Amino acid sequence: MRHLLDTAALGRDDVEELLDLTDAFVEVSARSVPKVPALRGRTVASLFFEDSTRTRLSFETAAKRLSADTMTFSVSSSSVNKGESLRDTALTIEAMGVDAVVVRHRCSGAPHRVASWIDASVVNGGDGWHDHPTQGLLDAYTLRSRLGPLDGCRVAVVGDVKHSRVARADVHALTALGARVTLVAPPTLLPPSLAGWPVEVSHDLDAVLGDVDCVALLRMQRERMTEALVPSLREYTSRFGLTAARARRLGPDVVVMHPGPMNRGVEIAPEVADDPRAVIVDQVRNGVAVRMAVLFRLLGAEARPVAEAADLTGRAGAEGAAPDPPRTGRSPRTPEPAEVPRG
Amino acid sequence: MAESLVLKGGRVLDATGERTADVVVVDGRIAAVGADLDADRTLDAGGCVVAPGLVDLHAHLRQPGREEAETVESGSRCAALGGFTAVVAMPNTTPAIDSAAVVREVQDLGRTALCAVHPSGAITVDRAGEVLAPMGEMADLGVRLFTDDGTGVQDDLLMRRAMEYAVGLPHDVVLAQHCENGRLAAGGHMHEGEWSSRLGIAGQPHAAEEAMVARDIALARLTGARIHMQHMSTAGSVAMIAEARASGLAVSAEATPHHMLLTHAECASFDPVFKVNPPLRTAADVDAVRAGVVAGTLDVIATDHAPHTQDTKDEPFDQAPPGMLGLEFALGVALAVLDLPLAEVLARMSWRPAAVVGLEDQGGPVEAGRPANLCVIDPAASWTVEPGATASRSRNIPYVGRTLTGRVRHTISAGEPVVVDGAAQR
Repeated sequence: MRHLLDTAALGRDDVEELLDLTDAFVEVSARSVPKVPALRGRTVASLFFEDSTRTRLSFETAAKRLSADTMTFSVSSSSVNKGESLRDTALTIEAMGVDAVVVRHRCSGAPHRVASWIDASVVNGGDGWHDHPTQGLLDAYTLRSRLGPLDGCRVAVVGDVKHSRVARADVHALTALGARVTLVAPPTLLPPSLAGWPVEVSHDLDAVLGDVDCVALLRMQRERMTEALVPSLREYTSRFGLTAARARRLGPDVVVMHPGPMNRGVEIAPEVADDPRAVIVDQVRNGVAVRMAVLFRLLGAEARPVAEAADLTGRAGAEGAAPDPPRTGRSPRTPEPAEVPRG
Repeated sequence: MAESLVLKGGRVLDATGERTADVVVVDGRIAAVGADLDADRTLDAGGCVVAPGLVDLHAHLRQPGREEAETVESGSRCAALGGFTAVVAMPNTTPAIDSAAVVREVQDLGRTALCAVHPSGAITVDRAGEVLAPMGEMADLGVRLFTDDGTGVQDDLLMRRAMEYAVGLPHDVVLAQHCENGRLAAGGHMHEGEWSSRLGIAGQPHAAEEAMVARDIALARLTGARIHMQHMSTAGSVAMIAEARASGLAVSAEATPHHMLLTHAECASFDPVFKVNPPLRTAADVDAVRAGVVAGTLDVIATDHAPHTQDTKDEPFDQAPPGMLGLEFALGVALAVLDLPLAEVLARMSWRPAAVVGLEDQGGPVEAGRPANLCVIDPAASWTVEPGATASRSRNIPYVGRTLTGRVRHTISAGEPVVVDGAAQR
């Protein structure tokens, strides 16, 4: 794997390999000194053309925990504002000797364009409405940590699917692992065509709530009101919000996810966001480990089996907590500690 | 007396039929058509078809204003290489061709071009869709096609007035429309459908085009104006035009080479070379456009040659400008994808477009006394498009790697051999 651009391009084996690798880095992240030398001497650049503090910090934290050097290119202080093309910007960054570039852009496909121009590995850090692969992976990881294997797991992805790169990432990552995904939204917030999407569709949240293992909520953007996609936030909440009343209908093991930032009181009621079934903070925490796994896979473990990766993560003998324990009867994929000598 | 030229050994093909004959050109005109003719200079036409030069009703030559992408001269060189002896230059230049002064400027630039260059005029001032442009003044200078191409005229009443006014002009003009309802297109960058959904790119639905096609047909029926629908891309549009023509309405319509060949699946690469407006549609639409051309509903094949510099295409799909090169590839695409005799393809690329804009010295029969605007085509040639294989100042070729059918060997424009053996002569 040279780049990570699309979740749609990942098969089940790819996703499982990355999530298994994430297990190791969750453990690294839980140590008192959460740092391993896996990518020492490598440089990871963040090329963010769109504001996203949390994703940028998550990638940078991941890179630093792998001992990579990091660079940040933020559009607000960049030559892009002076009219430089995306291609020239990418070539400039590459000329500084980077090994991987995390590209965040408000236009779908921008990371693909960058990948066509430079030799360094490109990680899609979220592009337009298209994809956000590490978000899909971290959601899959978080859900797998809670529920165990996802074969047959029923997930409702609720809200503005049309404009959501998270929704597209989740659909591909979760269904790759065998989950059954139902998109729940009014027709105005669904993509114009779902041909080829491995999903079911409902316009009625109440009709699907009784039959799900996970509710993945999407952020509702206020500008959708002015685009006449829904009549009002109030009506949206009444029909598609995870209100306290709806949350009471969910079983104790149902997982509630949200990629953040949340609109409390719109797509999710404040008390539901703080409910133990909500794993929103776990998603953020796991995001760092997933991104460590991705960077490690691209830069430090080419053609290297996951078991051997333990050498570079220094997992053996490590102290710290195990990944999130399962809360259901399903058996999680917590790996056995690798039997390798310490460093 | 100027050097005489003979196109020797070819099959002459025009609207009157086909025959084997040599064609002698002297002083810009066809001097003789017959067997065993000789002249000062001979161009081999063996195995080839000698036909009236092609006429493109839809070329963006970018001058004035965006000479880095194309000039009248470089665009005309592309045209000549593609077998065109006349092009109608679109008015979305900077400034727009919306006044007699800019018409004259483009006409002046065209005097040294490698083919005839006929500026079109904008329907509204600055193509802003608010105030009618001085169509009469432009028509007095020879402009016969008016369009705000790049955007359709959104205001229904203003379009009605434009049609009514055009009917009253002393010249026979045609109002051409880029049919795109701006609100329904709503910032879409590709066709709205399966691929836009997968790629997360805002799309333009079929209805964005079809709504304006329907409106303009209704207005043409109301006003009696002659209208020309540019670059039709949907099956629904083709059906509406067929119905309108069947009812006797004076409506002509274009198909572009790219809408006859490429689908929206090309956009999966996110490469903006496949971004065009109207967008590449579904396979069913491509089939309908081809069928519309075969049936004669879409009676003109026009290129929508739209050069853009590499740096403007080196941007994300959303941000790159729409448009692709076409002049050098149009005939090759048409012959590759259409199940039509060569004469029918030439009808849609030469004499029919010439008739739409009243170009009497173009597209006519190959006979003595006529202006010598000719192309010599090897219809059996098969060639693969190479990157950068264009005389354009731009490089946005969507056909790289594709094998096309039929190639232009020579082009004679106003008697001058501007392309000989596939090479531009200046």
